[in-house]
Amino acid sequence: MANSLLVETIASVIASAAPLVFAGVGETITEKVGITNLSLDGSILLSAMAGFAAAMLSGSLLVGVITAMLVGALVAGIVATGSIALRQDQVAVGFVLTVLCTALSSFLGKPYVRVPGPSMPHLPIPYLADIPVIGPIFFNHDLLVYLSYVVIFGTVFLFNRTQLGLRLRAVGERPEAAFARGINVNRYRYLFTCLGGALVGLGGATFSLSVKLGWSYQHTAGFGWIALAIVIFGGWNPLRVALGAYLFGALNSLASILQPAFPTVPTQVFQTAPFAFMILTLLIMNGDVLERLPRGSRWLRKLLQGQAPAGLGKRFQSD
Amino acid sequence: MRARTRLTNLPLGAAPVVLTLVSSSLILLAAGANPFEAFANIIGGAFESWRKFADVLVALVPLMLCAAGMLITFAAALWNIGIEGQIIMGALFTTAAVRWFPLPSALILPITILAGMLGGALWGLLVGLMRTHGHVNEIFGGLGLNYIAIALTNYFIFGPWKSVDGATMSGTDPFPAAATMPLIAGTRASWPPLIIALLAIAGVYLVLNYTRWGLHLKAIGLNAQAAGRMGIRTTANILLAFAACGALAGLAGSFQTTAVYYRLIPSISSGYGYLSQLVVLLSLLRAEWVPLIVLFFSIISVGSPRLELRMQLDSSLGGILQGSIVLFFLLTRGLQQRLSQRRERKHG
Repeated sequence: MANSLLVETIASVIASAAPLVFAGVGETITEKVGITNLSLDGSILLSAMAGFAAAMLSGSLLVGVITAMLVGALVAGIVATGSIALRQDQVAVGFVLTVLCTALSSFLGKPYVRVPGPSMPHLPIPYLADIPVIGPIFFNHDLLVYLSYVVIFGTVFLFNRTQLGLRLRAVGERPEAAFARGINVNRYRYLFTCLGGALVGLGGATFSLSVKLGWSYQHTAGFGWIALAIVIFGGWNPLRVALGAYLFGALNSLASILQPAFPTVPTQVFQTAPFAFMILTLLIMNGDVLERLPRGSRWLRKLLQGQAPAGLGKRFQSD
Repeated sequence: MRARTRLTNLPLGAAPVVLTLVSSSLILLAAGANPFEAFANIIGGAFESWRKFADVLVALVPLMLCAAGMLITFAAALWNIGIEGQIIMGALFTTAAVRWFPLPSALILPITILAGMLGGALWGLLVGLMRTHGHVNEIFGGLGLNYIAIALTNYFIFGPWKSVDGATMSGTDPFPAAATMPLIAGTRASWPPLIIALLAIAGVYLVLNYTRWGLHLKAIGLNAQAAGRMGIRTTANILLAFAACGALAGLAGSFQTTAVYYRLIPSISSGYGYLSQLVVLLSLLRAEWVPLIVLFFSIISVGSPRLELRMQLDSSLGGILQGSIVLFFLLTRGLQQRLSQRRERKHG
């Protein structure tokens, strides 16, 4: 009995982390080519709203998901254009877009607040879902959750096993060298910033159509910042970024499990605690703490540390 | 974040405003509303009456104080997104001072001001320390501290400082009268915060333009390594910049409790910290432009709620206007720089 409760909890963590997996892996791709899309907290909100509204109006979940992805790609495209073609500060453009998209989601989403609408149908995978423990944890969800696995392993494959992945990493690490080898650096940057943005949008759609159904004011507020944090937490490695998303999901459900045990601590503290904890972890990963670990724990250091792409945030001009 | 452009090209100078009006009109049309009616309602809402215009002055205080602080950190090219947490800690420290220390009435207000500044400065200093000694980018360090500040205030509001009468509004019990700022008759505004906010922006203008510290901060902002080689103490100056910005943000938080809400409430910062970053970006880091932009933003913020009453629209249209004008400003400025570069290349 306790066992099945545990399995159930882990399964819900896997499902509820799907939006963060999409957004985190998407932002990883964007940062791998050297662009920071800081607008995530706003673009997830806007795409979650747009995805829900489009699915509702069209009666098609697919239209909803595609709309959300287009919104995410469009916002990322503005960040890319602003920083590459117009040579403005990426952080400034991204930050302004965060504020703007948040306001847009509130304004345009007003008719959809707490309106019941479409959601992804539950779709256990035949045979796989029947495997004990693993089946209910991984294969008893909806299509978007399965898609999140595809995105994780697809990105790992893209980065490590393909020519394209090699080139996109070169663009982010050493743009001058990539350019010398005949790679059109800025075209790669546009393309993969928008692709990453589309995944962020997919994360938004997963919120409103699969995890936290529907739309409400500031529906997903805060998760964009968490997605940005877990990219660093995961050391720009898609697999570790996904682990970060699951860890955050686990923290969230741990908070709601622990809450009844501490009746004196207000519920509001438990709701914000995972956010605070996540970012504190970041401090430890980034800081000197890792450098000061004793010699025997070198494996731990190797596991935890990650290097930002060397060309991240640096402008590239071929002329 | 260097401000080098001159707005020589007037048509392009007006472009952000035109683009904002056009794009938000399209958004309004898409929402089935009349754009002219909406804009008229925003302006009308802010100037409806003297009492309403005084509300603009109420909104102006935290925005001006935060923008003044932001100018300091931006001068050193630092992104103080942690400013929201610094506002919150200012409010928290102020409330603690009011609740924990039985002060003689005459001393309460000055002490609340100092407590607010202290709370904000400490929280700002933490962001700085994480950057200078923990290698944590100030954006993420600041965000983390924002959430911790929110968790802390929530703990106090719903825990030890829980309102006894279980009032309708969530928050602590109201402050005693001696711990509230005097009002301008017939309005919700009060003089001391307004005067202090104006003094703050003037002070920051003077510090950044006429003092050695201002020069050092700008040198760090342009190139921290070069500044270090020239003998400027970068670490100490960065910490000081964060503490100074935090103190001003904390002051804003303090006034939100003693002059606006008369208690500590959960979302006491109301997003003024984030909004102040937009103000400073739009000012091109020049303090002399800040008061005008702050006034303009405050008018939009105070006028927008009328959209809900009269047109059943969401008041976040105000945020759309504020956000788009800054976005279009950045984008047209980039375009302008590219065009003038191309022209120079052609002629030179």
